[in-house]
Amino acid sequence: MSATEAAAKTGAVSVQNVRKFYQRDSMQIKVLDGLNLEVPPGEFLALMGPSGSGKTTLLNLIAGIDRATSGRVVVAGTDLGPLSEGELAKWRSRNVGFIFQFYNLIPVLNAVENVELPLLLTSLSRRERRERAMTALRIVGLSDRYKHYPRQLSGGQEQRVAIARAVVTDPTVLVADEPTGDLDAQSAEEILDLMQTFNKDFGKTIVMVTHDPRAAVRAHTQRHLEKGVLTN
Amino acid sequence: MALPISYNVRNLRSRWKVTLLAIFGIALVVAAFVTILSMARGFNIALSSTGSDNNAIVTQRGSMSELTSWIDIGHANLIAVDPRVARGADGKPLASCEVVVITTRPRKGTNIPTNITFRGVTPTAFKVRNNIKIVEGRAFTPGLFEVIVGKKIADRVSGVDVGSTINIQRKNWKVVGLFAADDSSFESEIWGDYDAMAPAIGRNGGCESLTVRLTNPAVLASFDKDIRGNPQIQVQADSEKKYYENLAGSVATALIMLASFVAIVMGIGAVFGAMNTMYAIVSQRTREIGTLRALGFSRFSIMFSFVMESVLLALIGGVIGCLIALPMNGYTAATGTNSFSELAFAFKVTPALLLIGLSFAVLMGFVGGLLPAFRAARMPITRALREA
Repeated sequence: MSATEAAAKTGAVSVQNVRKFYQRDSMQIKVLDGLNLEVPPGEFLALMGPSGSGKTTLLNLIAGIDRATSGRVVVAGTDLGPLSEGELAKWRSRNVGFIFQFYNLIPVLNAVENVELPLLLTSLSRRERRERAMTALRIVGLSDRYKHYPRQLSGGQEQRVAIARAVVTDPTVLVADEPTGDLDAQSAEEILDLMQTFNKDFGKTIVMVTHDPRAAVRAHTQRHLEKGVLTN
Repeated sequence: MALPISYNVRNLRSRWKVTLLAIFGIALVVAAFVTILSMARGFNIALSSTGSDNNAIVTQRGSMSELTSWIDIGHANLIAVDPRVARGADGKPLASCEVVVITTRPRKGTNIPTNITFRGVTPTAFKVRNNIKIVEGRAFTPGLFEVIVGKKIADRVSGVDVGSTINIQRKNWKVVGLFAADDSSFESEIWGDYDAMAPAIGRNGGCESLTVRLTNPAVLASFDKDIRGNPQIQVQADSEKKYYENLAGSVATALIMLASFVAIVMGIGAVFGAMNTMYAIVSQRTREIGTLRALGFSRFSIMFSFVMESVLLALIGGVIGCLIALPMNGYTAATGTNSFSELAFAFKVTPALLLIGLSFAVLMGFVGGLLPAFRAARMPITRALREA
């Protein structure tokens, strides 16, 4: 059994010789140029690097919200290249949990409704959805705030709701783009604690893009990107 | 599965200022649209319910209206006994010999005189036109200087209430009743007795028009051909309905053209308004759309959701617009006709028109929401997520 097949079976990330070019007017910008990355299951990986190094692009490719110009991206046992837009959307809803820098909660929905949102894409009943969303909120320590709207929560609390939303579908991979980038030191520590919990206790594979050295040290592995190439 | 409708309702509510403005704009357009349609509808009713397909109006050859026509009584009797003219229960031909004269009365409010048709009829007239109903007072007594007044003109001119006396052609006529005629243009007329009126207005021994009930509408062409073919009598026969439609002539066409033009122009304007609102709403929510797409919501469900939101907004506007237009129902207005007299008509806000108004609102919302929704659904997720 090759390493790729093993990873596919157990559900992690394999990025093989991936190139990503953008066309800006007549200029072709090479963001990623023949990148290879293997993330074993249960890994907590921090992707670091200066702005414009391609780390967010790499994260987007792994999360299936962007497509590689060439090469293969295999995540949770699925080669993302051949999937149609619709198939990719369905795949994301089952396999990926998103944690954004600015939380991206829906302002008109309260905490529990925000957490429930991805479950609308499943066949669960209304009651099951609500129960699972409440469970996720309890794990992130916000079950008493379930009726609060995003504007009534602090930044740290909003990010905890966002994490509950990311894990509520029980995805294989969590992708996080600067999850502590908008938070004070105290809240950042709480968020990182939570992410470690999901990694250790629930076995979630986490790929996190960050500038923040305090965040990076919480990961098992740190990889550095520079000009579209991994340097360590 | 699609996004729940409560998501749209809450979004509309959370942006209530923008929502309210858009709703108000659509409401005004729908109100104006329904009002104009109700005017055109009322006008159409006034015209098309005047005259029946069964009736033919006989006038002097070449005359454009009754006013310029004269038929000798002998000729009128000759026409009345034609076998194609139906007969009443008493065996007499259903042929109504009538004289008309234009009189003026001051309009209520402004006191500016307006022209009114004063028609002298025999009792047969009520059999030939079976839609005349006395709604107040009683019918005039044959041989007396008594008149009945059409209900619409009674609303619009002063001094024609039941019990009052009006002076026409130097004679005093007592108003003894008001009549309705299914909203037709007869409601814009004053009717009196032929035998009292003809001598009073100096028109003895004939009629200005002869309205006959045909045995069957299909015989009109041959009836017209035969009476035209008789060299002794210089007359023509038209369908009564067509005659009154022609009477309003260019006015009706102009009014309906204007109504359609205004409705189309306003409708296009409103669609752009709705589109502009939805574009603003979409661009404010770009990152939200990116997030929903990332979570796995399909392009279609996002597009559907935005179109739903726009349609919902437009529908609320449509309902308010209909409520604004509703009090216009029954409002009476008037216009001149080729016979120089006033034709009054009532605005008719019918359930069908309200439905058209609501459909128009939904259409505006749909068209206005479609392009912005399409834009929202097509944007690459990575770009949508980057926007503030």
